[in-house]
Amino acid sequence: MAKKEYAFYPGCSSQLKASASNYLVSVNAMCRKLDIKMTEIPDWNCCGASIGYGEGGELPRHALNARNFALSEQHLPGRDIVATCAACWLGARETKERLDASSELMKETNEALAAAGLHYKGEVEIRHMVEVLIEDIGYDGLKAPAVKSLEGLKFAGYVGCQTNRPFGIAGESFENPMYLDKLVETLGGEAVPYDQKVTCCGGALAFSEPEKSQKQIRDIVESAYDHGAEMIVTPCPLCQANVEVYQSEINKKQGTKLNMPVLYYSQLMTVAYGGNMKDSGLDGQVIRAAKLEKLAGK
Amino acid sequence: MSAQVPERYRNDFLREVEERVEEGRWVKMCMQCGVCAGSCPFGPHWEHSPQKIFMMIRAGKRAEVLGSDSMWMCTSCYNCIVRCPRKLPITHIMHGLANYAHRLGLAPKGQPTREFARLFWDNCIKQGRANELKLTLGLYFKDGLAAGIKTALAMKGIGLGMFKAKRINPMELFGGHRIKDVKGLHAIIAKAREIEDRRKGYTS
Amino acid sequence: MADMKTAAYVCSGCGIGDRIDAKQLERIAQKEGKMQLVRGHEFLCSAEGVALIREDIAKEGVTHVAIAACSRRAKTDAFAFEGVAITRANLREGVIWSQPDTEDARELTQDMADDYVRMACAELKRMKVPAGNPDRGTSKRILVVGGGLSGMTAALAAAGAGYDVVIVEKQAALGGRAAQWHRRIPYRNPYDAPVETGIAELVAAAGAHPRIKVHVNATLAQTKGAPGRFSVSVCVEGGDMVTEEVGAIVQATGFTPYDIARLPELGGGTNPNVVDQAGLERLALEAAAKGEPIRRPSDGGEVKRVVFLQCAGQRDDSGAHLPYCSGHCCLTSIKQAMYFKDASPSIDTVVMYTDLRTPGLGEDFYRAGQARGILFTKGRASSVTADGALCKVAFRDLILDEDAAIDADLVVLATGMVANSGVNIDIPEEERQKMEVKPVSVLNLAYRQGPDMPQLKYGFTDSHFICFPYETRRTGIYAAGPVRRPMDMAQAAEDATGAALKAIQAVENAGLGRAAHPRVGDLSFPTARLEGCTQCKRCTVECPFGAIDEDEKRYPLFNESRCRRCGTCMGACPVRVISFENYSVDTVGNQIKAIDMPDEFSEKPRILVLACENDAYPALDMAAMSGAMYSAFVRVIPVRCLGSVNTIWITDALNGGWDGVMLMGCKKGDDYQCHFVKGSEMAAYRMSKTDDTLKQMGLETERVATYEVAITDVARVSQLINEYVAKIQEIGMSPMKGFA
Repeated sequence: MAKKEYAFYPGCSSQLKASASNYLVSVNAMCRKLDIKMTEIPDWNCCGASIGYGEGGELPRHALNARNFALSEQHLPGRDIVATCAACWLGARETKERLDASSELMKETNEALAAAGLHYKGEVEIRHMVEVLIEDIGYDGLKAPAVKSLEGLKFAGYVGCQTNRPFGIAGESFENPMYLDKLVETLGGEAVPYDQKVTCCGGALAFSEPEKSQKQIRDIVESAYDHGAEMIVTPCPLCQANVEVYQSEINKKQGTKLNMPVLYYSQLMTVAYGGNMKDSGLDGQVIRAAKLEKLAGK
Repeated sequence: MSAQVPERYRNDFLREVEERVEEGRWVKMCMQCGVCAGSCPFGPHWEHSPQKIFMMIRAGKRAEVLGSDSMWMCTSCYNCIVRCPRKLPITHIMHGLANYAHRLGLAPKGQPTREFARLFWDNCIKQGRANELKLTLGLYFKDGLAAGIKTALAMKGIGLGMFKAKRINPMELFGGHRIKDVKGLHAIIAKAREIEDRRKGYTS
Repeated sequence: MADMKTAAYVCSGCGIGDRIDAKQLERIAQKEGKMQLVRGHEFLCSAEGVALIREDIAKEGVTHVAIAACSRRAKTDAFAFEGVAITRANLREGVIWSQPDTEDARELTQDMADDYVRMACAELKRMKVPAGNPDRGTSKRILVVGGGLSGMTAALAAAGAGYDVVIVEKQAALGGRAAQWHRRIPYRNPYDAPVETGIAELVAAAGAHPRIKVHVNATLAQTKGAPGRFSVSVCVEGGDMVTEEVGAIVQATGFTPYDIARLPELGGGTNPNVVDQAGLERLALEAAAKGEPIRRPSDGGEVKRVVFLQCAGQRDDSGAHLPYCSGHCCLTSIKQAMYFKDASPSIDTVVMYTDLRTPGLGEDFYRAGQARGILFTKGRASSVTADGALCKVAFRDLILDEDAAIDADLVVLATGMVANSGVNIDIPEEERQKMEVKPVSVLNLAYRQGPDMPQLKYGFTDSHFICFPYETRRTGIYAAGPVRRPMDMAQAAEDATGAALKAIQAVENAGLGRAAHPRVGDLSFPTARLEGCTQCKRCTVECPFGAIDEDEKRYPLFNESRCRRCGTCMGACPVRVISFENYSVDTVGNQIKAIDMPDEFSEKPRILVLACENDAYPALDMAAMSGAMYSAFVRVIPVRCLGSVNTIWITDALNGGWDGVMLMGCKKGDDYQCHFVKGSEMAAYRMSKTDDTLKQMGLETERVATYEVAITDVARVSQLINEYVAKIQEIGMSPMKGFA
């Protein structure tokens, strides 16, 4: 039996050939090493993401998340729901808190769920993968399976917004959360201090307001460079995608020479745990992380 | 799709917001310190800060508030929420106002985030999961075929990079990820919408 | 003094003996200090050491004790001997803790200790044993002027503590302004709704208390005397005079709302639908009496919208109106808006503010107001004009940055509080007579310095607002409530209780012939050798507490019970006839002359530091405790207040070859920190005139320097000394050495 078991809510971007598919690959490898069993919630649906409010409004958005809760309660009773995507976690947790706080909203939500024969009892816990790692496994436990050290590699821990605000990781400050730095240091790497750790990358507005968002992204990447980082590491798929894939666009428009790999914490861990390039999803980088690839080997 | 405003609010926009906008009951609690305005990453880009929007609501400036593009500049970074000394859920109020303005048909026409929000919701509800490629192309072509081709060509480097990294799938155009019980999901959403419209008194 | 017997005790504990040759100090005390009895002890503050001193006092007849050990601020309980004169040489904080523990420093450290022993012996020989003030008053009754919330609270507090109280109230009944209030701001949990004023209960309690006597329709015609023996002529109804003998006075004369008629642009005094906060309370009381909602004054119409304009005629920087914030008005407007919201939530209430100030738990009340739907708008009103029965309020919206207007049935102006302080004694009598509205005195004090308490700022009575808020500059008279500073009812009640306790302290100290705050318990008092007095009146003018009157021959007449023992009179006296038994021109002067002055070529300059014992001296002690080192060339003499520094000390020091003089006193000015209010200011003024003297002596003006040192300047004070010593070394040694 696995050490820990959870109901897994991977989210749309983690799916095969989607923008964060390499995240899922590395999370799976990481969980195997940590003896964590992740069982996907059967037939889970999209959380509505951070942009869903515009058209979706209030109750439809909560109903969307509550459907996943109901499915999890039904098929994976007693297990915490764990999301890897920051927006999935935030959206789901927000729905849970609103439903917990209002019996009226809970009633209306269940009225909607009943249209598909579902019912949410109000028993699930919503957690982010990072919470599982820090709270359930602990830094010592995270270090245990490591067979390689990230020594000599310099990372800018980019926490961004949605794993940090408004809920955040317990015990961390909103303005300067340290868990990502600690994680990097646990694996032997160096976490450089820099001033854009919790700056917004533009989020969903990277699509609708590209110019404005690319200014944010440029600030983040340049600050990481200025403070000596060789790679950026993040817990959020949208942060990862935005900060990584728009660098070429910024270079083209603004004549910069940004070429900073942006990785997931799970990729670092998989490499440290002895995973190869494929296990750790390093082949899924648009900007390749040559130094980490070298450490991972083929 | 646009909804009507019941006569009972007369000129009392604050009361309208309190009753019909998500988390709108908090608007009166703003103490006008301006921390939200100073905390927003898109601060240089909007016309009215959250602080101003709240003051405009109190001043009864209905058309200006609902027609403002400010709410649509929210990146959902939640900085304003965690810094607000009065603990107003500012991000949610802005989302609520955006949705309300959108439902009433008063939000700015062609506002890119408004368009994207609509595309996204329709996209994810359609099959239960987001289809990133269709979403992206939808956005490129929102202004018509010619503009879309131009944007798509300009962004083709990115698409190619994503394709090489196996993080985008051209085949998604012809299907893509979907949940099994799409019908059930649609029934849930339709029901939720019906309840919300009833509760908030929308007549569309 | 025939029966004077001096003794010196040298302690070698706390490491003193390791750093200093204590035996040498004993020899100095004996040979140079001429102490009749000298003893060394390795742990003087121990029970055994203290017993040794006690035994000498009892058996050897020692009357004067010099203790060379730690700072005079340490071990005060151990070294408290009644009936003897005591001085302390500060060897621990002042020498070994402020000097480096190195072999190189040994000689200079010993020099310092030697000098401090010489100085202590020199001082001791000029001291007398304080006998206590002969001007004792025996009255323990307390007069309370003003029968409002503050006055009644003070009266009940004093009466409850067992003191008889007389209340003098100008109006026909007790109650004051708060009796005209409908409700008050909540002052205890949950801070979310207006509450009963409680004034009726207070009036009943004060009226029924057996220890409280009340004069209504009464004013003070004259107040003379001093703590413990004030004699007050009370003009009662019908013009009769009653004399009340009291020991202390609480002045709780409250405030008057700023005249609304001075704001005609906001409709004040011209538009019946524009009222001030007091006016709104009246409307609320009338409405409540009838069981009706508040109606529009002009025509009795329904009130649908009320606009509250904050800071009306206050926080004004144009000079036309009050410049200050009255503190309570934001909360008062919120309270008043609740009158309407609680009567009918559909009434619009708008509070227009520039900065909403709701201190303390007032923030909860503000939130409660917001939750009730009171609208808060950041804006500044420019005009209120009548449009039929409606008021049109034109304003600048400060958030949206635009001109806007709002209609209202009723406009409430939050005007400020004007203190009922009486006469501003800093304005000369002849100018007061020329004033449009002649000020009327409240206390009618028969004091040389004027009929009322001095004012600090904006017409509020002075109190030591930083350190001792209940203190005033008239000993035995304490201001309480809004006459002291703008405040709300909760603060006024607290203030009144504090003032009552101060009044009790004053009568008790007066009965024992002891000083009141801050030298509580001091038995010394000032005396003047009148045969030497030139009637220059500096002492009577400069006394910060108005303690000195003039007798019929125009000589100073000391009212010792009004005196705080700061010595400002002593510092002022050009002919040096004023002294205290244990603190005089001689006790300090003798110390200045007692040190062993090294010659011009010794490279050992000597800097005299005259340090205020309230702030600078403790700062020096604390600097030493925290390990800060300062130059071994300084010799520090604590003074009661920088105001007590007589310029003769400076002249003597410079003539005696001292290379520089540093004066360390408290902050002066409007935000003074001087314990004696004006002492440091007087000193600074006097020292500003020493430049000429220095030039006449052919000395550089830098050789006398005045510094403001706060008790918190622990890190700065040693740095100041070192910088000053470096400067003196740069200037060079004094050419005056060897002439004295």
